[in-house]
Amino acid sequence: MGKWTRRAFITTGLLAGGTLVIGVAIRPGNRPEKVARLVANDGETVLNIWLKIDANNVVTAIVPHAEMGQGVHTTLAMMLADEMDADWSQVRMMEAPAHKEYANYALARGYTLGDADFPAFLIDTVDGIFLTATKQMNLQITGGSTSVATTGMIGMRVAGAAAKAILLESAAATWQVPARQLRARNSHIFHDASDRSAPFSEFAPAAANIDAPAKPRLKSTSEFTIMGTSPQKLDIPAKVDGSAKFGIDAVLPGMKYAAVKASPVFGETIKSIDPASIEDLPGVRKVVNLGDAAVVIADGYWQAQQALNRLEIEFTATGNEKVEQSAIFQQFAKAMDDATEKKNHTRDFETGNTETAMAESSHFVEAEYKVPYLAHATMEPMNCTAWVHDDQCELWLGTQNPLGFAGEVAEAMQMDQENVIVHNQYLGGGFGRRAFADFAIQAGRIAAQVPYPVKLIWSREEDMRHDHYRQANISRFKASLDSSGKPTAWVNQFVDKHDPVEAPYIPYGIDNQLIHFADSETHVPWGFWRSVDHSLHAFFTESFADELAHAAGKDAYEFRRELLADNTQFRDVLDLAAEKSDWYAPLPENWGRGIAIHKSFGTVVAQVVEVEVTEGAVRAHRVTCTVDCGFAMHPDGLKSQMESGIIYGLTAALYSDISIRRGAVVQSNFHDYPMLRMDESPQIETYIINGGGRVGGAGEPGTPAIAPALANAIFNATGQRIRELPIKHHDFNRGDPGAKDVA
Amino acid sequence: MMMTLNINGETHNVDVDPKTPLLWVIREQIGLVGTKFGCGIAQCGACTVHLNGAAIRSCVTPVQAADKQQVTTIEGIAGKADALHPVQQAWIDEQIPQCGYCQSGQIMSATALLAENPSPSGEDIDRAMSGNVCRCGTYGRIRKGIERAAIVMAYEACCEEDTSNG
Repeated sequence: MGKWTRRAFITTGLLAGGTLVIGVAIRPGNRPEKVARLVANDGETVLNIWLKIDANNVVTAIVPHAEMGQGVHTTLAMMLADEMDADWSQVRMMEAPAHKEYANYALARGYTLGDADFPAFLIDTVDGIFLTATKQMNLQITGGSTSVATTGMIGMRVAGAAAKAILLESAAATWQVPARQLRARNSHIFHDASDRSAPFSEFAPAAANIDAPAKPRLKSTSEFTIMGTSPQKLDIPAKVDGSAKFGIDAVLPGMKYAAVKASPVFGETIKSIDPASIEDLPGVRKVVNLGDAAVVIADGYWQAQQALNRLEIEFTATGNEKVEQSAIFQQFAKAMDDATEKKNHTRDFETGNTETAMAESSHFVEAEYKVPYLAHATMEPMNCTAWVHDDQCELWLGTQNPLGFAGEVAEAMQMDQENVIVHNQYLGGGFGRRAFADFAIQAGRIAAQVPYPVKLIWSREEDMRHDHYRQANISRFKASLDSSGKPTAWVNQFVDKHDPVEAPYIPYGIDNQLIHFADSETHVPWGFWRSVDHSLHAFFTESFADELAHAAGKDAYEFRRELLADNTQFRDVLDLAAEKSDWYAPLPENWGRGIAIHKSFGTVVAQVVEVEVTEGAVRAHRVTCTVDCGFAMHPDGLKSQMESGIIYGLTAALYSDISIRRGAVVQSNFHDYPMLRMDESPQIETYIINGGGRVGGAGEPGTPAIAPALANAIFNATGQRIRELPIKHHDFNRGDPGAKDVA
Repeated sequence: MMMTLNINGETHNVDVDPKTPLLWVIREQIGLVGTKFGCGIAQCGACTVHLNGAAIRSCVTPVQAADKQQVTTIEGIAGKADALHPVQQAWIDEQIPQCGYCQSGQIMSATALLAENPSPSGEDIDRAMSGNVCRCGTYGRIRKGIERAAIVMAYEACCEEDTSNG
């Protein structure tokens, strides 16, 4: 069967236990093995089920995303409920099970291609392309700030609207009236002419037999009743009384506890361990050698960790133990020099001709910036409870990628993926870290060696030293200005590019641009870190833009504004930030104001920081944040995410520094990887613009602009330009314009 | 070693190494998992509980220090089942928690502060709460939550008094 239509994609599904399940199906037929491994049962029709109604008229949105504080469970349920005209007080949500039928790949394919029909020979190719695209867009995971913009806009809303349509059709048949005379409101259907009304649930069983419309009509913004409001978040009550269950809270009968220590130097393996040295300690059950990590299983976690601390472990050197942080930066610099010398850099973006433009200028600005590795430091350290029984491996944990984890654990344990069952719990912070399955694989492999369930908990030290780190980086700039101070050319070179691809691109109207990079691999594991490449490039580009403003003798806000003449969205966001921050108001002595603007994940954010630098101490007092994500589905939730992104980015800018010594991470816990605390936390004001453009993300876009806004504010206060993070390494007492050597 | 813990008004006899941090006894022996592990070195406050009414970091407090003492955890802070402490209600009203992992500890620090100082200044709040890290950056909302709870608690105290007088 080669025909594939959207009609087959959204289809009514099964009726079970009095519950109507309205499903979203993907085509039957053959699929490449790789796709099948993720989403399909041997070419069977797969249902993606997002909505159910029970006999009491309670609508449950089934949300295929992990909740880690970004409010996605609530917001996606709102989007579905609004299109359905459901009564919000009667709407519940559940997280979709970590089953391949819920792979979000289906959504990307189905809704992007719409009604497209393909000849049979092309279908596998199309599926393959979509799988690749979906991976790139992070659509299988909760990340990339995509939940609302993709799952919400093209999944939840359509599922809600499609459900309403078939319920109306069912009611029309029951009441023998034309469907167009019916309306839905608050989970009821009304026929005003005959003064009849009945709850959705009354029509649900019959509706289950009706084909859903291919293209249900979606509401226009003016028709929204739930979207754009800020109901209380559904997950919050359980998070104030201790009842919310995080991965670390899983309890199973007969469960034991495990502590783990991997080689401090990435890449090393265990040469020898001496279990006898600890086997007699109280509570110790077993010592496990995972090859690259040693594990102690005990009756309690503390017993396991205490015993592990005493376990003698020898690791096999690989040469990585010779790597120092200073050498990593030297390696980056050399890679950039070599690329320049041999002219073999990778072109990232190019417009106009920078060489010609520079030849015509006599006013140049050059700068080099540097940022360190960063750890995620989620409040809940990595942990996973695993139980291997009856040829199955069950996992309880918090993950941003339930399906991916099941696949990776299955592969590591040489099991069929169907036999790896992931029970996703609340995530005590994700920020990208919980997209990496290393700890789940460890837990599975440990549990495979014992007959009881095991809860593996990483110590904070293990968590910090075995993260997947935001890359350290160097970024070099050269720009030319004309006699009026307008930039004529922008050249930027950096190393180690990840994604999103547009992270180093600038919004400014500069005619000649060349952005390029060199590769320079290290042995330090890389990972997505809140806003990914945007977290470093916004600091680089918006700091350098500030340097150009200064060189041009212009106000930092006005300089940007002039260069955004053709970009009304950026300009509106920038203008509002200047207005709300009282940009031109005088400040006390030793205070400064800095501005930055950056677009990430479809959302434009500008921030203005007011900073005080007194006796060498940096204190951000106030942050004004303006944001345009197209349409704010849950305005208070968007504000929460801006506040969160700002504190996360401010912490990193001021304090965070993961450095490598003898191949291993130096920092280990919050005493040497400090966090911003309440007494250092600025007042934050967020202002939303519903610009009406394509809906963007919220979880990450608050982070990128804060580091440059802060650094620019420090320059405004002190005249010292921050070209290297974190700011704690700078000495503001000495008036030293450069950074101290941190390596 | 056998010890007697009074947790949230209930007596528990536990037989553990007296050096075991109270945190792990609460979570593993007593089975109350609302109290969280964050750092193990009293740097983040996720494990905050009350020992005889004072906020302490249970990850570095040996269980023997709690022997025959009164311990209160997030599960017991409201005082009775299906009720919320005004601080918990303020946490909902201000929509504070994001990931929520640190919030048990935040609430335990906030309730201890308000018990001792019913109308804390901004500086008092900063001082009492700066031992609690929140990676989701909910500090601004926590400040508002404490201020709101302080008003509610003052009002309740006042009304109770009025009732008894009338």
